[in-house]
Amino acid sequence: MQYLPNILFVAILVIGIGFFVKNLGKLRRNILLGKEVDVNNNKPTRWRNMALIALGQSKMVVRPIAGLLHIIVYLGFIIINIEVLEIIIDGIFGTHRIFAGLGPVYDFLIASFEILAVLVIVAVVVFWVRRNIIRLSRFFKPEMKGWPKKDGNLILYIEFVLMLLFLTMNAADYSLQQMNAEHYLQAGSFPVSQYISELFGSLSLPNLILLERTAWWLHIVGILFFLNYLYYSKHLHILLAFPNTYYGKLGPKGQFKNLEAVTKEVKLMLDPDADPFAAPSEDTEDPSKFGASDVMDLNWVQLLNAYTCTECGRCTNECPANQTGKKLSPRKIMMDTRDRLEEVGKVLDANKGEFKEDGKQLLDDYITREELWACTSCNACVEACPVSIDPLSIIMDMRQYLVMEQSAAPSDLNNMMGNIENNGAPWPFNQMDRLNWSKES
Amino acid sequence: MADALKVPTMAEMFAAGKKPEVLFWVGCAGSFDDRAKKITKAFVKILNKANISFAVLGTEESCTGDPAKRAGNEFLFQMQAVSNIEVLNAYEIKKIVTACPHCFNTIKNEYPGLGGAYEVVHHTQFLKELLNEGRISMEGGTFKGKRITFHDPCYLGRANGVYEAPRELIQKLDAELVEMKNCKQKGLCCGAGGAQMFKEPEKGNKDVNIERTEQALETTPDIIAAGCPFCNTMMTDGVKNKEKESEIAVMDIAELIATAEDL
Repeated sequence: MQYLPNILFVAILVIGIGFFVKNLGKLRRNILLGKEVDVNNNKPTRWRNMALIALGQSKMVVRPIAGLLHIIVYLGFIIINIEVLEIIIDGIFGTHRIFAGLGPVYDFLIASFEILAVLVIVAVVVFWVRRNIIRLSRFFKPEMKGWPKKDGNLILYIEFVLMLLFLTMNAADYSLQQMNAEHYLQAGSFPVSQYISELFGSLSLPNLILLERTAWWLHIVGILFFLNYLYYSKHLHILLAFPNTYYGKLGPKGQFKNLEAVTKEVKLMLDPDADPFAAPSEDTEDPSKFGASDVMDLNWVQLLNAYTCTECGRCTNECPANQTGKKLSPRKIMMDTRDRLEEVGKVLDANKGEFKEDGKQLLDDYITREELWACTSCNACVEACPVSIDPLSIIMDMRQYLVMEQSAAPSDLNNMMGNIENNGAPWPFNQMDRLNWSKES
Repeated sequence: MADALKVPTMAEMFAAGKKPEVLFWVGCAGSFDDRAKKITKAFVKILNKANISFAVLGTEESCTGDPAKRAGNEFLFQMQAVSNIEVLNAYEIKKIVTACPHCFNTIKNEYPGLGGAYEVVHHTQFLKELLNEGRISMEGGTFKGKRITFHDPCYLGRANGVYEAPRELIQKLDAELVEMKNCKQKGLCCGAGGAQMFKEPEKGNKDVNIERTEQALETTPDIIAAGCPFCNTMMTDGVKNKEKESEIAVMDIAELIATAEDL
């Protein structure tokens, strides 16, 4: 019976990690529903972008307050996770503070975890105040109603509780060390929790042990819960920000990709030697669909973008269309893409991995034409994103579908395109008059 | 105006067996829009005065395809691009200058993949080059002490990272360069990009150009400087909407320089 806690621990660990890995598989499957895209070029630049933007948080600090708070939480979580490693080893082998042998290094580690934990608590509280008391406008756009708002707060509550559990565990441990309790070896330095431990002065030894064990168990179970919460939350960005910044767009922001399928067709049309009546050769593929009306028409990096979005709203905040009251919100484009992709994933789950038409698509059922046509393609959203998400590319792909597959451009734009086709300018002027300005005084 | 503009075409140059140093891509706005034509002429005056060997395509020029591509018509864009590239390559063009950031972006970034690789510069970059090489000179005179704010065109700034050339030119005019609250990487669009120029805006509570004009007016400028014919139109409309057109001029960088040089 003495191994019961160890067995229980291993069981919880296996279930917690197992379930997460299963969802990661689903995540990967969903992302790979997207089309192939060549992102294997310029590896050094890509690694550099990841190091600077994701690891170095270079774009977070564009907004200094949010940036600083975010760095605290980010560093706090990464560094405090060293403690999780110790907890896992202790849990499996029934040891206690297995790294204590590191001596002064251990003292230093525990002390820095504690200080970081306090800083994280402060940052989380400020984040909560910004969302719920100051009510920053970007957290109150229409797309933030319901689950997204709840999700944002839940993450803060979980982080708050985890940090509190960590400090409580240390405080009880410290008290037990002072009492020379059996099994609780003298180790670590507790700059914060030694003060919390004063609150426990009246507790008996068994009650202190109970408190310490409860906090320890809840802390590790909480972390496993949080790990599994990620897949259902905007918080997935803590993992996906890394690949997303790696695969982010390189080169000038103004460069939009040229569709290869169209290039072939155009070259053929303009080739004087091409035989217009030639029968299509055997290996001719079916003409591909132009643009995107659903998530499967987007490329996999765009789908990765959707899962990476943490709904901070910096894009929407900078969007000229959104600022002037139009329906377009680049954040909503990303949230809709993810929601639709999740829906498609559920259809796959229900049909043994095969997609069956569900009568829905990204266009119209999620993203309206009004939103798509409000975009000025100014790249403010792309510039603003701290994790290299490109909402503009999705908007452009969907416009492409509307125009090339449905001829559904606004009539003014049809006139403009008609003019370009007929006289090489967006207005109805004769190409032969192009140089008239040089003779006008 | 004393002298008529000297605007040689590529066809004329080619027939005479000459090659210009640079091709001036005028663009549709610069060719047809009454306001933008003034920018075109101002730029040509500077080129003429400095005896720069340049040429235009004239009637052989056609829309780059930018508004078609941004509206979603990839096919029309590539038809335009491939035809233009044929003309440019036939004349063995190496370097292109244009006063339109949309043409600039499209030719610089999207033509190479379709067989058209050229050195492409915006006219503010080109003027900056000429100034650095001592081929043009600039005196502040007219604009000394005037407050000038520069509106970053999206397709010059964010899209291609060109922020300094226009600003350095303004400073060379001894003018006081004042920045709007949103400038450079965070510059606010004028509302014309992505083919919006050619359609009515979607329903909202304000037009984008009004929002941007308000930002410009906050700097209490004498002049709003632009580097794009479409931004110029949008900002001019914005200033008119605010009934400030008698106090505040909207001018292209080329016009500022031409005016300063009394051309």
